[in-house]
Amino acid sequence: MNIASFAPLAVVIPILGAALTFLLIRHSRAQRTVSIALLSLTLLLECWLLASVWEGGTAAVNIGGWLPPWGIVMVVDQFSSLMLVVSSAVSLAVLVYATGQGMADGDSDAPVSIFHPTYLILVAGVSNAFLSGDLFNLYVGFEILLTASYVLMTLGGTGPRIRAGVTYVVVSVVSSVLFLIAIAMIYGATGTINMADLAIKLADLDQGTRNLLHVLLLVAFGIKAAVFPLSFWLPDSYPTAPAPVTAVFAGLLTKVGVYAMVRTETLLFPGDTFNTPLMVAALLTMVVGILGALAQSDIKRLLSFTLVSHIGYMVFGLAMSSVAGLGAAVFYVAHHITIQTSLFLVTGLIERRAGSSSVDRIAGLAKLSPLLAVLFFVPAMNLAGIPPLSGFLGKLGLLQAGVALGTPLAYALVAGGVLTSLLTLLAIARVWNRAFWRKPEDAEHPDPVLLALPGGQATGERAGQQNVTLLPRTMVGSTLALVLFGVSLTVFAGPLFRVAGQSATEMLDRSSYIQAVLGDEAPVPVIAQLPRQEGPK
Amino acid sequence: MSVNLTLLTVMGALYACGIYLLLERSLTRVLLGLMLLANATNLLILATGGYAGLAPLFTKDTPAGDYSDPLPQALILTSIVISFAVTAFMLGIIYRTWVLARQDEIQDDAEDRRVAETPSFDAEDDAVIPAETSEFPLVSAAGGDDVVQAGARRMPAVDAAAEEQPGSQNVAPGPEGGIK
Repeated sequence: MNIASFAPLAVVIPILGAALTFLLIRHSRAQRTVSIALLSLTLLLECWLLASVWEGGTAAVNIGGWLPPWGIVMVVDQFSSLMLVVSSAVSLAVLVYATGQGMADGDSDAPVSIFHPTYLILVAGVSNAFLSGDLFNLYVGFEILLTASYVLMTLGGTGPRIRAGVTYVVVSVVSSVLFLIAIAMIYGATGTINMADLAIKLADLDQGTRNLLHVLLLVAFGIKAAVFPLSFWLPDSYPTAPAPVTAVFAGLLTKVGVYAMVRTETLLFPGDTFNTPLMVAALLTMVVGILGALAQSDIKRLLSFTLVSHIGYMVFGLAMSSVAGLGAAVFYVAHHITIQTSLFLVTGLIERRAGSSSVDRIAGLAKLSPLLAVLFFVPAMNLAGIPPLSGFLGKLGLLQAGVALGTPLAYALVAGGVLTSLLTLLAIARVWNRAFWRKPEDAEHPDPVLLALPGGQATGERAGQQNVTLLPRTMVGSTLALVLFGVSLTVFAGPLFRVAGQSATEMLDRSSYIQAVLGDEAPVPVIAQLPRQEGPK
Repeated sequence: MSVNLTLLTVMGALYACGIYLLLERSLTRVLLGLMLLANATNLLILATGGYAGLAPLFTKDTPAGDYSDPLPQALILTSIVISFAVTAFMLGIIYRTWVLARQDEIQDDAEDRRVAETPSFDAEDDAVIPAETSEFPLVSAAGGDDVVQAGARRMPAVDAAAEEQPGSQNVAPGPEGGIK
């Protein structure tokens, strides 16, 4: 039995779920049950796929029975199945959180009923992009998730969301057009858009054409992944969306861009042609992003800037094109999806509890809601890379790979990585000091609920009662689950690093991917100039 | 591979106009720009299919070289559907902007402006700390009638400690000490 035959279900189940929840648009309870049940089912399926790929190796399925160079293929290898599991786990947590928020607010906003179908379409698009073994199908996956994200971004149609939505839509459409141009040119040059077939045929093109196609793809994916010169749309558009939407965008959408960049660099255009520009871009992404974060006073905007900054780490790992570097980057992607999403979820809770997400206006939360403080503290320290958490392990892996590479630019990136990590700590510590440790009286215009003290006083009881409605159990529970999932990435960092290392070896080797799609006899072109380094075990 | 020069020229013109319109501040023009870009790209995909030929599987014994390549046309069909959806959505957004703000322009981000105008001096982070900010009562360390240095002032330790207790409403400047 070919396990990949079940892979399309990861796309089909959420799409069917979207149709079903759309029919149930007037029955919000049934809608919630259906979407959560189907997403859990998808997650289970993807865990099973990961386990099978772990034992059985890369597998591919031909959609509709069309043979590979012509038909659409879906490929499950270790990297894509790992991404699927992490992304589905995160989106399930966010879905439960959003459901809790909807129930607490009594679904008073009319458009919220379209949240569930749109959200499931977004998940289907993400899964399709991760599974696709065909360049045009990858484009379709991107479009599915982007179109769903346009709707989610402008949910409710308020002034700030529409303003942010315009920027987001225009930038995304431009990047999609660039991607489509790249696909057209690749098809014109090689006559195929199957990624495994391209891996063989692109090697025969002359260097100039290859470079043109390569740069076009990198720019298109760089916009989606928010790599430095192309990252300015992100902090403008993400913070205005509803909290769960921002959380899932921050976790998943940029990572799909990073995923596509990894495939471009390893499968389609292996070698080190663009490693130097990528490294420079990674350094600038890290440093410029985190400097932007330091200037912000709104927690959501601050986190959006750290998101941009930490994309730099992944590009750094990718640009080294060594097993150690790529493996650490894969680990970092899995870590960052979880941590960044949980931080945005906690920020949503902070906003509910304190009435604002601006650090100038909130204070004293550590005393008011110790649980919230713990929920914020753990992923925040993880993001900053404090040992022994997974953020530290991922950064350590990247820095080790950088030192192993040993070029001056790699050392510059190592230094930049350490600096970014420290500055992240500084940015996070400012939020912590103000929002959690400062006394409520010191804040500018604090929400009255902050001044009400817990304990026996009359005002305190009011705050205690409000605590129940302000922090619904489902929202806190799903955030807690995601934070614990983030901690478990630290606990199981050993096996996870092994999966990441193996998937990096697989991707740099390419033969298992190409042979899974085109059959065992397919020739795998040898890459002459690739520096092969064995990473520290 | 030979290409149709007319189509190629039209494509170039569409790209040029599309990018020009995209850089405008008026939303309707930006939308028109996006539509032109999408259509130019469709022409580009069409051009990659080579010259026009017979419809695929026209008759059984036509040589393969006489067919036109069907794949680019399938790709164009998909991309037309996608750009149709995006155009409809953009129109919705533009209408909503018009309803909300009565203008058809891209608006600046207010928070961006605010951050740009914020001075580098931050009162909380950078000012000299005026007084003892410990939450622990000084009286437990000091005796009952000790006097402490609080910034520029000297005050009884009991008052200074009481001021730092949770719940002290020390918002307005005035005579120091005590829960007011």
